[in-house]
Amino acid sequence: MSENRTNASPSHTNETYIGRPLDRVDGRLKVTGGAPYAYEHVEIAGAVHGYILGAAIAKGRMAAIDTAEAEKAPGVLYVMTHRNAPSQPDFGPSVTPTVPEVFTRARPMLSDDRVRFYDEPVALIVAETFEAARAAASLIRVRYETEPGRYDMEAHLAEAYAPQRTNAGFETDSAVGDFEGAFAAAEVRLDVSYTTPYQHHNPMEPHATTAVWSGDDLTIYTGAQTIANFRAGIANTLQLPPERVRIVSPFVGGGFGAKLIVHADTVLAALAARVVGRPVKIALTRQQMFANAGHRAKMKHDVRLGADRNGRLVAISHDVFSATSGFEEFCEQTAVFVRALYASQTRRTRHRLIGLDTNRGEWMRSPGEAPGMLAFECAIDEMAEQLGLDPIEFRIRNEPTRDPERDVPFSTRNLVACMQEGAKRFGWKRRNSQPRAMRDGRFLVGYGMAAAMRPNYIGATRARVRLGGNGHLTVQADMTDIGTGTYTILTQIAADATGLPPSAITVELGDSNFPRTAGSGGSWGAASSGSAVHNACLALRERIVAEARRADPSLASVAAGDVDFANGEIRWAGRGEPLGQLVGRLAPSGIEAEGQVERGDDYRNFSQHSYGAHFVEAGVDIDTGEIRIRRMLSTIGAGRILNQKTARSQVIGGMTWGIGAALMEESVLDPRYGHFVNHDLAEYHVPVNADVPFLEVVFLEEHDDKANVLGSKGIGELGVCGTGAAVANAIYNATGVRVREFPITLDKLLAGLA
Amino acid sequence: MRSFTYQRATSSQEAIAAVAANPDARFIAGGTNLLDLMKLGIERPSHLVDISRLPLAEIEDTPEGGLRIGAEVRNSDLAADLRVRNRYPVLAQALLAGASAQIRNKASTAGNLLQRTRCYFFYDPNMPCNKRQPGSGCAAIEGFNRMHAILGTSSACIAVHPSDMAVAMAALDAQIETVTPEGETRAIPIGDLHSLPGETPNVETVLRHGEMITAVVLPPPPAGRQIYRKVRDRASYAFALVSVAAVIDAGAGRVLSARIAMGGIAPKPWRLSEAERLLSGAEPSKETFEQVDDAAFAKARGSGDNDFKIMLARRTLRATLAAAIRTA
Ligand SMILES: Cc1cc2nc3c(=O)[nH]c(=O)nc-3n(C[C@H](O)[C@H](O)[C@H](O)COP(=O)(O)OP(=O)(O)OC[C@H]3O[C@@H](n4cnc5c(N)ncnc54)[C@H](O)[C@@H]3O)c2cc1C
Ligand code: SF4
Repeated sequence: MSENRTNASPSHTNETYIGRPLDRVDGRLKVTGGAPYAYEHVEIAGAVHGYILGAAIAKGRMAAIDTAEAEKAPGVLYVMTHRNAPSQPDFGPSVTPTVPEVFTRARPMLSDDRVRFYDEPVALIVAETFEAARAAASLIRVRYETEPGRYDMEAHLAEAYAPQRTNAGFETDSAVGDFEGAFAAAEVRLDVSYTTPYQHHNPMEPHATTAVWSGDDLTIYTGAQTIANFRAGIANTLQLPPERVRIVSPFVGGGFGAKLIVHADTVLAALAARVVGRPVKIALTRQQMFANAGHRAKMKHDVRLGADRNGRLVAISHDVFSATSGFEEFCEQTAVFVRALYASQTRRTRHRLIGLDTNRGEWMRSPGEAPGMLAFECAIDEMAEQLGLDPIEFRIRNEPTRDPERDVPFSTRNLVACMQEGAKRFGWKRRNSQPRAMRDGRFLVGYGMAAAMRPNYIGATRARVRLGGNGHLTVQADMTDIGTGTYTILTQIAADATGLPPSAITVELGDSNFPRTAGSGGSWGAASSGSAVHNACLALRERIVAEARRADPSLASVAAGDVDFANGEIRWAGRGEPLGQLVGRLAPSGIEAEGQVERGDDYRNFSQHSYGAHFVEAGVDIDTGEIRIRRMLSTIGAGRILNQKTARSQVIGGMTWGIGAALMEESVLDPRYGHFVNHDLAEYHVPVNADVPFLEVVFLEEHDDKANVLGSKGIGELGVCGTGAAVANAIYNATGVRVREFPITLDKLLAGLA
Repeated sequence: MRSFTYQRATSSQEAIAAVAANPDARFIAGGTNLLDLMKLGIERPSHLVDISRLPLAEIEDTPEGGLRIGAEVRNSDLAADLRVRNRYPVLAQALLAGASAQIRNKASTAGNLLQRTRCYFFYDPNMPCNKRQPGSGCAAIEGFNRMHAILGTSSACIAVHPSDMAVAMAALDAQIETVTPEGETRAIPIGDLHSLPGETPNVETVLRHGEMITAVVLPPPPAGRQIYRKVRDRASYAFALVSVAAVIDAGAGRVLSARIAMGGIAPKPWRLSEAERLLSGAEPSKETFEQVDDAAFAKARGSGDNDFKIMLARRTLRATLAAAIRTA
């Protein structure tokens, strides 16, 4: 069954809501505090609070742990350590047999006396209040036997190894042609190393869980991007049948990839709630998020490019060395995009890992492209300069006609159009290609650009719709809205597919009792759940038509093509009846249908990506090196835009991440102690409003009929792909200083400004 | 729970007596620093005396033509005061360059002066830190020390005093008024309020336990152009890497007088007295600036990640002086 075109589009098109900048249907709830989040808003009688005590060392074992004083502290109900933790399976090997198991494997907590990374949970204190639990934690005495650890990626580069696969199951290495030979013979060569630092997602809502047992049934209120992963992860860790576990996550205060799998809060709350016989709430503190909630690993990128004098690439190589942990591997697919971005006779990509005594990296908004394009799209800028070519012209000369490594056609690829349209709107021709040639008072001014690309995924997804006897449509799926606007776009999709107005539609998400979806991640959420909802609505229409024909045989004469759903009515060759009336008449308890989508032939036979081009004007203070972004524009070719407003919000959020990645985001790992030094939001800098100028987003008209039935492509991550490189290229154009170690803080520019 | 008692003082005398009587008692004003430290277990007071509602929130003209700023005046109110904006713009600019609007709405004048360092290791109870735990060592000296001091440090501590407001007040020769546990009033020049770390980085000021700041007195506004220039890692809501408060009176090709204090580089607001002396009466030339630079930073020493601050401080100082003289 091919994914997206199983149900041919309805005979008419009644698409009046898709694309509109509809306000978020959940906006009012959110701004009035009515949207229930995991920790604060789910009022559960008798709930008690857990506080996690983290290890004060990064490697070694606990020789002794004394909890006596903590247990006696006022309000304390229970102290869990490795000595009394309920039994859980072993963690197991560092690499799971299959890719999906990474998301669902058991993640036992407090299972032995070993410490594998700094701030790893060593105890959980459950008390009547959060404050009591936290105070009691400070009474626990742990005697550690510290062992020397490996914390410094650069110092251990020589021990890099090749993993079996990268994240998402891509090949570790790829090679087309004889790269070394072509590179050695190339007329123009570039051989540079970039580093990208550790970064943390830092969603506004920290990882938090409320766990409630009722008999043998466990309900978990949490912030989850993928409900099914959480259900499986908890079932596997607690050794429960999955049916016994319900995950509820209707609203998520940001995920960015940090909430794809269960973390300490969820596992410990579930374990502790069973022991104490009361609901348990646990939230990670902001500081704990740095060790216990995933991060983007530090990487070194060796980029080699060879070109002929005409600006045609003849050799491309991107080698990535990335930090990971010894106990669980994560290999970000950092160089994978290089396999599809530019044409070249030869190409090589390789991923290598360095196992350290830290927690591992996880998925963080645009895994692969975010760090990879940061380095690679700067190298492309460097090469364009060596060739004396405008960076857009250089990219156009290397535009492939087919996916260069998979040798399949692109579904749609509007990279060149994005660059050209963006250049026009941005005023790119005013750029002086000579660095340090533009000035505004004490500011050196530069323009920079970079390309953006992000694969379009789709994941197996089901959805249910139910039209009640009152004419109100309810959509249900275990999809999540992590702030992206999913509730809203699914409402729009259902409205267009049924002819009902948005006010007659309620979308219910984030509950494992609903049909299983691929969740939110990898920018596949809208395409997957949107297609499933669309298909469910078409199935519903078929059922309604069948019911009506059964009740009124005279309708048999109306050809299928003359049955229409519009304006809340069903029309038989022009004769209409309100849907509510019809369902109320024929099936007062309502009519239900399901729809689904999965990867089909088009997914395999076409190279599917979203594209974009980012343009940046940056100013650099000539005295202090302070960098201020003055203007930014992104042109996006991402298929059909489902909602102009929420799509724009996704892109400007990504662009803001790009500013952060280029200029300030860095978690500093202490090579002596193995901890992240700047582990709070005062010292881990993300852009604030004053750092973000007006951001302009332009969507190109596009419809990708190979992507899915809606013609849309993923957009949540595209905004961060290449954006940081555009910033870096603008800084180079402003100053003539090329910084290859991200983030570009002012200290790295100072000497070059003198 | 780590319990503490709380008392809302109705008079300064009551507040002072309450804190003086208990070595583990603390004054609390806006609480924007103290409460964070309590949550992390770095401050563990047994008793809090809330002074935020005492009648110390007035800004009054002094007979000499200066201003007397009550200890409880909020940072945002102080920055908005017309007299401050017109006569002491360097102070208004410094205040507005600090923290965020929300924090400035809570933060008090005295609390701002007495806020503790932002050294990462000071805020992490698992790390050695001589300031937090005397004798435990200093994790910053050989660790990540990008934000740390280049002047006035010791082998025990290289932390920076993070206040912006205090830097402007230092350039303005403010006096800090306090009342001691014995009920005596002291006037402490701002330059004497904070102590250098030496062997005892845990001792941060000359105040005694229970001594309360009641006001900050600004002398009449000095002649000249006032500028506060703050350099930081993002455009807002970040502590200074380097900052300069300058009051420069220049005319007819000469600098008549100069008062300069710098932030972000030392354990206290750092007044550049030698540089001021060199500038006064001098012609603002490249040579003068070089002499000023050398005088100011001859003793500056980086500890690794903060080495850049020496160059940054020089360049920021020079740019600020140039701007002040250009527009004076
Ligand atoms: C994220 C963040 C960013 C910040 N950024 C900046 C910045 O960029 N620049 C900057 O300058 N500041 C910054 N700050 C610090 C902020 O300015 C201070 O926290 C604030 O000024 C402290 O004032 P408060 O009244 O809240 O003090 P409190 O927290 O109430 O008290 C601080 C200390 O002073 C003592 N104290 C208070 N009043 C008196 C008194 N009258 N007499 C004797 N002792 C007293 C208290 O006992 C306590 O030890 C930032 C703070 C945060 C949290
Ligand atoms: S610099 Fe001072 S505050 Fe920081 S760790 Fe060292 S002693 Fe502690």
